[in-house]
Amino acid sequence: MSHIQVLDLYQDEDSLIHRQDPRVKLVITLAVIVAVTALPRGAWVSYLSCLLYVAVVGALSRVQPKLILKRSLVAIPFALAALTLIFTIDGTPLASLRLGDWSLSVTSEGTVAFVSILIKSWLSVMAATLLVTTTTFPSLVAATRWLRVPKVIVSVISFMYRYIFVIADEALRLFRAREARSANPGGKPAGSIRWRARVLGGMIGSLFIRSYERSERIYAAMLSRGFDGEVRTLRIQELGPLDALTIGAFFVFLAAVLVLS
Amino acid sequence: MVQLDGLSFSYPDGRKALDNISLTIREGEKVALVGPNGAGKSTLLLHLNGILRGHGEIKVMGMPIGDGNLGLIRSQVGLVFQHPDDQLFSPTVFEDVAFGPLHMDLDEGEVRRRVAWALAQVGMEGFEERMPHHLSLGEKKRIAIATVLAMQPAILALDEPSGELDPRSRRALIRLLELLPQTLLVATHDMRLVDELATRTVVLDGGRIVADGPTTDILGNVTLLDRHGLEPP
Repeated sequence: MSHIQVLDLYQDEDSLIHRQDPRVKLVITLAVIVAVTALPRGAWVSYLSCLLYVAVVGALSRVQPKLILKRSLVAIPFALAALTLIFTIDGTPLASLRLGDWSLSVTSEGTVAFVSILIKSWLSVMAATLLVTTTTFPSLVAATRWLRVPKVIVSVISFMYRYIFVIADEALRLFRAREARSANPGGKPAGSIRWRARVLGGMIGSLFIRSYERSERIYAAMLSRGFDGEVRTLRIQELGPLDALTIGAFFVFLAAVLVLS
Repeated sequence: MVQLDGLSFSYPDGRKALDNISLTIREGEKVALVGPNGAGKSTLLLHLNGILRGHGEIKVMGMPIGDGNLGLIRSQVGLVFQHPDDQLFSPTVFEDVAFGPLHMDLDEGEVRRRVAWALAQVGMEGFEERMPHHLSLGEKKRIAIATVLAMQPAILALDEPSGELDPRSRRALIRLLELLPQTLLVATHDMRLVDELATRTVVLDGGRIVADGPTTDILGNVTLLDRHGLEPP
């Protein structure tokens, strides 16, 4: 049976970063994202320090830089929402655009704000990408549990991860079944758009019903093994002194970056 | 070990799935439950640990199933579902096998021991950190059995354990089931598995028991098998 692999971001490798405790990585990554978000506009030196962090961690992880860069690009379309800042922030005009009675002027302050947002979101996504590329999902889930994220949320995340592949495979089979019966000897796609939309709607509905029925079977399987509404897990070990030190060192680094800005 | 007395069950839509079933399974017996699709085999298994509650009496190890002892019953009757993707719901194999023991309130050392022991029983040592969706169907089926073995039940009830398996995985699975000391109830279409594994066979059709006897007698009765949509091995 074929599987959909795109969702599995983890890259197996034996590196210093891979071996780090997932909790250390999660805490540091969250701290980096918060710090980057808190940085003011145009704090170029601080941005560069954070980029240095990403580069060093990336190099130590032995993951191909190309891969991280490619994955981090998902952030760019969202950052484009900030494009209007170029025109809306008052300041020294760089250029003007005349549209009839209207005039749009690009300001240098606006450009700085936009570029800053672009860089900040890109840095955050790169930090997160590094985390999921070097940490297996189950250990990340365990780390969130250690961070005292409510059990229900942790369970939902872990079920989602377990079954997204199963559901994706089911969807794949449905689409294949449609392909197999969509012979169009004329060369043009057959049927009206309306009809095809209806077929697609039916497929999505059937996927939903299958998932719903599966959830009932899973629940029965959980009950069979003594589930009584409370999720129980093994106690998680305390962090070692070295791990605490690593986290401390990064906090000092991030504090310095924030002060520098 | 298991005693069903006049068990009937209808689904909410009114379809009658089980009709006045009476069946006694003694300790150490390996019983096959055969019958065509929709005969009620899976429904019957779901009654053994109180997931479904029909009319009639069910006793497990002398205890009638009731609200007060569901936890105890479920630790004694290990149910292995047909699709391992339903049974294996945790991110890793370790967490899945540990699920049952953890919910039996065992201490951490014992949980770890049981997981290691159960995985060794099914020949899946070293798979602890693997994720279920990266396993083959044969591996998943074995681990599904381990998740139940870790609870050390007295009775194992398996739904289509050999379905969809390739011949080699199927063979390995039959050998595994032969070696297990538990009382066994296996719902299946796989008549060769029945022949090799079960000493006694119960034929279910339309929610009723239509035959119950030594496997050799049942499998030798071609007319009976034919009448209920089955065929000899």
